[in-house]
Amino acid sequence: MREVAVIGVGMNKWGELWEKSHRRIWTEAALAAVDDAGVDRVDAMYVGCMSGGLFVGQEHLGALLADELGMGPIPGTRVESACASGGLAFRQAVLAVAAGAHDIVLASGVEKMTDVDGGAATYALSTAADQEYECYQGITFPGLYAMMARVHMERYGTTRRQLADVAVKNHAHGLLNELAQFRMKVTAEQVMGSAAVADPLRLLDCSPITDGAAAVVLCPLEMARKLSKQPPVRVAASAHATDRIALHERDDMADLASTRHAAALAYKQAGITPKDLSFCEVHDCFTIAEILVIEALGLTARGKGGAAAGSGLTAQGGKIPVNPSGGLKSKGHPVGATGIAQIREAVLQLRGEAGKRQVPKARWGLTQNMGGTGASTVVHIFERAEGRKR
Amino acid sequence: MIGPVRYWREIPQRYRYEAARCSGCGKVFFPPRLVCNACRGREFKPVILPQAGTLETFTIIRVAPSGFEDQAPYAVGVVRLADSVKVTAQIVDCDLETLATGQKLRLEFRKVQQDGASGVLCYGYKFVPA
Amino acid sequence: MEVGIRGYGAYIPRHRIRVEEIARVWGADAPTYKRGLGLREKSVPTPDQDVITMSVEAARHAIRRAGIDPAKIGAIYIGSESHPYAVKPSGTVVAEAIGATPEIHCADFEFACKAGSEGMFVALSLVKAGQMEFAMGIGADTSQGAPGDALEYSASAGSAAYIFASTQLVAVCEETYAFMTDTPDFWRREYQFYPRHGGRFTGEPAYFKHTLSCARGLMKKAKVKPKDLRWAVFHQPNGKFPAKAAEELGFTSDQYGQGLLSPTLGNTYSGASPLGLTAVLDVAKPGDRILMVSYGSGAGSDGFIWRVTDRITKVQKLAPQTRAQLEDRPIYVDYGTYAKFRGKIRKLTE
Repeated sequence: MREVAVIGVGMNKWGELWEKSHRRIWTEAALAAVDDAGVDRVDAMYVGCMSGGLFVGQEHLGALLADELGMGPIPGTRVESACASGGLAFRQAVLAVAAGAHDIVLASGVEKMTDVDGGAATYALSTAADQEYECYQGITFPGLYAMMARVHMERYGTTRRQLADVAVKNHAHGLLNELAQFRMKVTAEQVMGSAAVADPLRLLDCSPITDGAAAVVLCPLEMARKLSKQPPVRVAASAHATDRIALHERDDMADLASTRHAAALAYKQAGITPKDLSFCEVHDCFTIAEILVIEALGLTARGKGGAAAGSGLTAQGGKIPVNPSGGLKSKGHPVGATGIAQIREAVLQLRGEAGKRQVPKARWGLTQNMGGTGASTVVHIFERAEGRKR
Repeated sequence: MIGPVRYWREIPQRYRYEAARCSGCGKVFFPPRLVCNACRGREFKPVILPQAGTLETFTIIRVAPSGFEDQAPYAVGVVRLADSVKVTAQIVDCDLETLATGQKLRLEFRKVQQDGASGVLCYGYKFVPA
Repeated sequence: MEVGIRGYGAYIPRHRIRVEEIARVWGADAPTYKRGLGLREKSVPTPDQDVITMSVEAARHAIRRAGIDPAKIGAIYIGSESHPYAVKPSGTVVAEAIGATPEIHCADFEFACKAGSEGMFVALSLVKAGQMEFAMGIGADTSQGAPGDALEYSASAGSAAYIFASTQLVAVCEETYAFMTDTPDFWRREYQFYPRHGGRFTGEPAYFKHTLSCARGLMKKAKVKPKDLRWAVFHQPNGKFPAKAAEELGFTSDQYGQGLLSPTLGNTYSGASPLGLTAVLDVAKPGDRILMVSYGSGAGSDGFIWRVTDRITKVQKLAPQTRAQLEDRPIYVDYGTYAKFRGKIRKLTE
């Protein structure tokens, strides 16, 4: 297997992009990534998209978008794994390059969510849960995470305030991200006073509905210097794990087993432990999600994740900054694009190009992207290539 | 929205709580499966789920999905059925302010959703305070 | 061969609305209505309760008391004037839910408030004819009453289910009788949401004429007098009519009081006299005889005389009892909630 590097990243300003179509949003990000890498060709491409069908009535994205990018007839593949579609598209690209199938591969993600009303968007997102045995009963995603939150709160004493602290921290991080959808400071009082969505979760505990795309370019590490002027970032680990899709089928409803499994595999591949990480970009689709994720990644002990944001552990300047980009919470969550945007952030941080939100001396970065209530998790670990000890 | 065929196919589970117990390891599956995810056994015996249980976790849905808007606010919980599986279902005829985990519940047959004003009516299980 | 009731079950929703609350909205005088109708409150079905769901619950209670394999039930007849579908039987859902399919005969009955006793009458007759071992008859309604109409104070929800058999009976059917004429006192046309009625015409020439004639014909046929009967149950559109009919026939409140649920339940239409009977069976003693007379607008009455057997005491506590359900943690709603629950608020987009 060949070692793989990321040599280009692209993303557009996220938000409610009324004037831009699904394909336009994607193409902007893909072109930005290709231009950033400075390559004149792409040999294959992967598109992570959760539900082109329900959000814009468009499937068959591999062919559509390969042509939009002017790269036809290259193979274009659409990858779907709910909100982990982007992370999984990246993993497919990693595998293709590692296996020697292709040299220059574009991994991308896109979601255009605002063409439908709130009810239809909620429905489209709910398809990531068990349709017949969860959604049939009228549960929503905020509702499922709310039930996970209640288990965590009642078992470990996690407080309502600690949930709010995650939103406060990530919005503070997002203030420094010019591409984020919601660049605004929020206070814990504002979070706890926002509209109830699914008790105990409130509006500001939830990531928003977003239009957006992101893309990255990969190639074999050994070809990176030749193909691109950008400092290569090495893909040190790529891991993917699954869990039972229905929350009620899990023995422990406050344990993200898929994240735990994928993280264990990834740490082993990279040959590091959580202590070596400089930062993490994780899937904070709801405030409780970040708490569950950092526990599953081993950043805190089980049941101790609640205090991490408020204590500063996971804030910029803390021991292990989590979501320096602002996370899904502030940056936005165009579901298929989220996993790729996390990787873009990791690459910028490891290149030292993250500007005001730069994590000092960043060497190892981890991205964690999950689908549903955590039935799919994709974890990647990246290393600043010039920092490698050979 | 659900159509008649998808609804009809799940009737044994939605109306009669038909489940399957793995002959190899005893794990109960609701709905029944072809392969046990614990021991990979492929032989099962039919069982009917118990119709009473305990509330393990819940939420109050205040922003409802399409088709459920008129029901909001409503409680949805994960209920552990006596010595058996957990299921997700609405908790009704309860006080939303005092609902609590650990509460004893029993199953009732209710209308769960409907396909608009003219589509099929969809029935199933909900839970009420015991 | 003796035939009769082997199992019975009742179901009453927990939500209630008081007469005062309805009167408040329509500017009516609550004490006048309470006195005139002889009722204080009524049951309200939630949006997830309908004739089908209430029938399933009542049927499950009946099966517990009957102690039978539901697959052996040969027929299911549900009488209602609020079947959830205009076309598609309520009975198929109920039969499927109780595990009585596929070898079963099924029909939905409609005859205003008499549809429930009609289902009972036919189910009983099929068992008597030897056509099947067990047959189920159910009366259930989520009754409609137009906003502001007098009916709105009484129209309520509930169901009662009966399993008829020739073995292990809790009540033997000693006699049946039916009385019917064409009397347009109350009706609902196709595609109309609420019924219309003839006001005071629903009294003497309709309810009283048919109820009293049926009761008298039944007692004559059975050669019994009111004093021979321990209990009497009548159709109960309100609290007043059945009491008046009972006393005119020579029954005392000790005989008709137990089965008179309408003062706190309201008028459950097709469920009314069947629920009155379940309330009586809950407390009846072996040897007690019960007169039951239904009434359905249009108009007619079905009459039954039941004789309670020794087995009754073994089944009374096997399922929730009727008056216990009526008193179980009622949840009172305001008129706005009631109007929303009952689909009385129509959205412009509908």
